[in-house]
Amino acid sequence: MQFLDNLFLNISQVIRNLVGGFLPDWGVEVVMMTVAAAVLVVIAVVTMMFLTWMERKVVGRIQDRLGPNRVGPFGLMQPIADMVKMFIKEDITPREANRWVYNLGPIVVVPPAILALAVIPFGRGLSGADLSIGWLYLAAVASTSVIGIFMAGWGSRNKYALLGAMRAAAQIVSYEIPQVLSVVGVILIAGSLSMQRIVEAQNVWFVFLQPVAFIIFLIASVAEIERSPFDLPEAESEIIAGYHTEYSGLKFGMFFLAEYISTFAVSAIGATMFLGGWRGPVLPGWIWFLAKTYLLVFVVLWLRGTLPRIRVDQLMNFAWKVLVPLALANLLVAGLIAAIINPAETPGFWTFIGFLLGNLLLIAAVVMVGVLRAPEMEASEAAVVGAKGALAGQ
Amino acid sequence: MLRDYAFILIFSAIALSVPILGLSIAWLLRPKKPGKIKNATYECGLETFGETWVQFKVQYYIYALIFVIFDIETVFLYPWAVAYNKLGLFALVEMFIFIAILVVGLLYAWRTDALEWV
Amino acid sequence: MITQIAFIGIALLTLAGAIGVVLARSVFVSALFLILSFVGVSGIYVLLEAPFLAGVQLLVYVGAVAVLIIFAVMLTRDMMSEETPFLNRQWGCGGVMAAVLFVLLLLIGFIADWPVSSAKPPEDTISALGEALMGKYVLPFEVASVFLLVALIGAIVVARER
Repeated sequence: MQFLDNLFLNISQVIRNLVGGFLPDWGVEVVMMTVAAAVLVVIAVVTMMFLTWMERKVVGRIQDRLGPNRVGPFGLMQPIADMVKMFIKEDITPREANRWVYNLGPIVVVPPAILALAVIPFGRGLSGADLSIGWLYLAAVASTSVIGIFMAGWGSRNKYALLGAMRAAAQIVSYEIPQVLSVVGVILIAGSLSMQRIVEAQNVWFVFLQPVAFIIFLIASVAEIERSPFDLPEAESEIIAGYHTEYSGLKFGMFFLAEYISTFAVSAIGATMFLGGWRGPVLPGWIWFLAKTYLLVFVVLWLRGTLPRIRVDQLMNFAWKVLVPLALANLLVAGLIAAIINPAETPGFWTFIGFLLGNLLLIAAVVMVGVLRAPEMEASEAAVVGAKGALAGQ
Repeated sequence: MLRDYAFILIFSAIALSVPILGLSIAWLLRPKKPGKIKNATYECGLETFGETWVQFKVQYYIYALIFVIFDIETVFLYPWAVAYNKLGLFALVEMFIFIAILVVGLLYAWRTDALEWV
Repeated sequence: MITQIAFIGIALLTLAGAIGVVLARSVFVSALFLILSFVGVSGIYVLLEAPFLAGVQLLVYVGAVAVLIIFAVMLTRDMMSEETPFLNRQWGCGGVMAAVLFVLLLLIGFIADWPVSSAKPPEDTISALGEALMGKYVLPFEVASVFLLVALIGAIVVARER
């Protein structure tokens, strides 16, 4: 087990010795970094292909059908067939599109998704770069994804594409606040923004110390990557296909590449920050990491298969009026508890009990507020539906 | 420390080359037969109706604005959270005041219907 | 040595973005070049060993301010038209002012006696920042929150005038 645990570290040491024979120090560094970067990119692309298969199978089973099973055993070759199809489809460029912006849009959408994988610890000592600003880097990279969407929407010169892009940007921007706020509690307890440090601080998994934060993070992240039930900007029955209406072939494929890699990245981040990352008893670290990440991926797919799409005004209300106050309340409660019991020094059990009490208080307060406001919210919902009929929003 | 960021630079170069490479290969492989009707703007199969621009709602701008304010708030929250174990209880009170002042702003936006989608 | 090369590359990127902002024909493309400049500035922060500021620059400027600018531009003019004239009527005066400013900045840059610290930047900047914000600089910190509140309320009042 020790050998398997250190497998990748040993492989990298072998490569380093091989190259160190005939290159100066900085040359070895550059080669090692390039190899690591290439491996991460390959992992990203292969994961994306695997996720497309997994999604179709899982969502198919939830909908009481089989999913792809013709191409290869269990349909496992389906993603390869899809990839070949994407490559050879004709690319229909609208006549009036702005060539540069239209073509750069799909290219700019992909790097933010892949870059997120750089700081995630895949195992003990196995992260691309353990930045001291780990989580801040992830938040910054996620917020950059809006640019590609704007470029795609504007460059297409199609009013539905532009509308879809604006809505997508408004959605991403609204759900970013709950996402970054929910994580502050975790950073408080761990005492660092660095992802490796956060994993090492999890003697008790943070999901037990901050369950409310975990749920807020999950919901906000699913909305950030625009997956069902929050996929209004790209819903086929609503706005044609939103900002990727005018794209065909591989350019269209690029948007899906970005979406699936983001799904994997977001699940990996959730597993790292809340489920203990690569920590686990018997098996090697990276197996635990993959297991936890794919558990969260399955939850995301499960949400897609089960829940109906949310209406746009419900979407915005939910972000600003429910998630943001909840995240703020959670962070204050976390600060209060962490001031009373210092998590770095008290043993796991008492930390857990302390935070449990704090979280129960928080949940009780939330339930009380919900019960008190329920009649008022039902009245306003009825008014909204009545006043606008079937046409809600723009 | 700069070594880590050199990795990020190399990684972003490789990440940028993935779509570029993919699209170049696709450009070589795919058929190119542009046609007048094919290249028209898509609007559910109909002819384009009206001009190609829409008057956008102020609501988008307000959401982005509130987002900027709260984004800056989180920027202040992160150093506080990282240094929290070294600071006393007073730091919690200070942060509570900070968040309370901004919650007043959020409540104002809420009550004046600035957060409504309509 | 390598940091010098990296600095020159990133500086060129930032300048290219800035020049693109001015020269682009369509306002949206100007906004995109502005985003390129912001990314370049973030790179400069990294070279100065201030990674927290680099992350904040990307998060706030690229993620929030650029989006705000693009939304604002889309609200105020016909986004789909591309005819922005290359030179407006005040280009002579503007050119002279820009040249004067440039010469002034060059003089300040080369003649002034910039104090250079020999201390190394601290390793753990974020924690030090947190302690400073809560300790020595707590009053500016609270005033900043009032400032943000004023900005928020003012902008909502202005933007909602129908």
